Amino acid sequence: MRTALRYIVLVIGAVIFAYPFLWMIAGSLKPEMEISDLGLWSDNFSLHSFVLVFTKIPIVRAFINSIIVSLSATTSVVVFGSMVGYALARLRFRGNKLIYMLILFTMMIPFQIVLIPQYILMVKLGWTDTYLSLITPTMMSAFSIVLFRQFFMEVPQAIVDAARIDGCNELTILFRVIWPLSRPVIITVAVLTFMTSWNEVLWPLMVVRERSLMTMPQMVALFTIGGEAETQLGSLLAAATLLSLPIIIAYSFFQRYFIESMASTGLKG
Amino acid sequence: MKQLWGMGKNNWKGDRGAYWLVLPYIIFFCAFVAYPLIFSLVLVFNRWNIVTPMEWVGGKNFIRLTGDPLFYKSLINTVIFLCIHIPLQILVALGFSLLLHKRIPGRGFFRAVYFLPVVVSGVAVTILWQQLYSYDYGVLNAILRALSLPAVPWLIDPGVAMPSIAIMATWKNVGIYIVLFLVGLQNIPPELYEAASIDGAKPSQQFLSITLPMLNPTMLVVVVLSTIGGFSLFIEPYVLTGGGPMQSTLSGMLYIYNQAFYFGHMGYAAMLGFVYALIILAVVLLQRKFIEREAVA
Repeated sequence: MRTALRYIVLVIGAVIFAYPFLWMIAGSLKPEMEISDLGLWSDNFSLHSFVLVFTKIPIVRAFINSIIVSLSATTSVVVFGSMVGYALARLRFRGNKLIYMLILFTMMIPFQIVLIPQYILMVKLGWTDTYLSLITPTMMSAFSIVLFRQFFMEVPQAIVDAARIDGCNELTILFRVIWPLSRPVIITVAVLTFMTSWNEVLWPLMVVRERSLMTMPQMVALFTIGGEAETQLGSLLAAATLLSLPIIIAYSFFQRYFIESMASTGLKG
Repeated sequence: MKQLWGMGKNNWKGDRGAYWLVLPYIIFFCAFVAYPLIFSLVLVFNRWNIVTPMEWVGGKNFIRLTGDPLFYKSLINTVIFLCIHIPLQILVALGFSLLLHKRIPGRGFFRAVYFLPVVVSGVAVTILWQQLYSYDYGVLNAILRALSLPAVPWLIDPGVAMPSIAIMATWKNVGIYIVLFLVGLQNIPPELYEAASIDGAKPSQQFLSITLPMLNPTMLVVVVLSTIGGFSLFIEPYVLTGGGPMQSTLSGMLYIYNQAFYFGHMGYAAMLGFVYALIILAVVLLQRKFIEREAVA
């Protein structure tokens, strides 16, 4: 009896969290008149709304832009972040503690304070409306460095020593010896960075006005509020579907890593 | 052996290579943390629209802020948001995590479904909820009407719009907190419950005197992260309501954005950002003190 009750509540919860997405996807395929129906099925499914989105906004270009920006940010955060994390965890040098303090300090600053000055920096460098402005401010993440540092501290010293005796330099030790042992933390950081970067919308809205450089969430947001969708609910839902599908597909493959990476952000508090 | 290779801790000379490894971060820190921080201190004393030269106005930006009704409005809106969002978030997350704590079949599936809105773009979620909240054609009002209840003016009524956004934000983020509470529950030693049941404590008593106090660190994380999230609220009102109706969903971040990019008041926007950052730090510190003291009492 109690188990049954437990499952009833859990199923209601699942419906509340999943049904809106199914309804969104169904709505993007339904004709305009049937969208406000609760049901998921229609006999008149068509790709009309998607065609409308593709003809009205350069959504493919936005998709490519988002891929470029997110992949660059992710690669950079993983490569540079692990370098710094390794130096802080395993190497002794003057200023080691100081740099770690700077990183913790960076994590504490509310972004509201640096947002406008960062934008002005982009203007001064002449980087607005370029990929540089979208990528450079997210090339490093203090939180990822902390995650890398924590993980690398657990790597046995004997392994590092053995590599040194073989004459490896620090970069070789990091990328050839430590990286293969560190898949969990690398995937966690990569998933977290990619997801954050893919979904970021405030910063692109600030630094990019040029349509051909807009990221996907930015373009969909402007499509929604800019009146280009007119009153076509279907095209709005189609745009939202196109925007969420890549992440939902990635999530269905790497579900465990998505959940673990977000759970690790609990350390921030 | 270690001594021979000069790698013993005592005769460590330091790693020269280390500086090359941390150099990228130092450059990044200077450009994107230190410079903006210092520059924000300059900016708050100036009037500037980026195009014409900066004009020193001293404390005028701050004086303007203290008398700016929209600043207070955005602050009150944030407080309304947090007062609904945080308790709702804790209740829902704690409830579902307690249901999922037992190793029951399908546990992973339910956890994955509850987490789904977390990974999806806030823009997509907002578009979706715009349809759900629509007064005449929205799904939520259709359900209410079917139950012969009155329809709710979700986004039209100034008194309801911000709570509506708080409900939507809870739906989007609660998956994170379910996972955090599940981790917290796992970290409670089972011996505590065993001892309590031997002493004859009822499940409700066990919940109040073991589960809740032991979850205190998780509670702190949930409260702090939701607070920071609430102060960063931007895309939801930007897409959903544009800050309306009657500025009732104007969030702090949306107001900063409007000042900077609609009116070109970079100095004033920087001042708003500065004051908001101080408020966030103060609130988070207070929460930390308050919740940690609760744990001791």
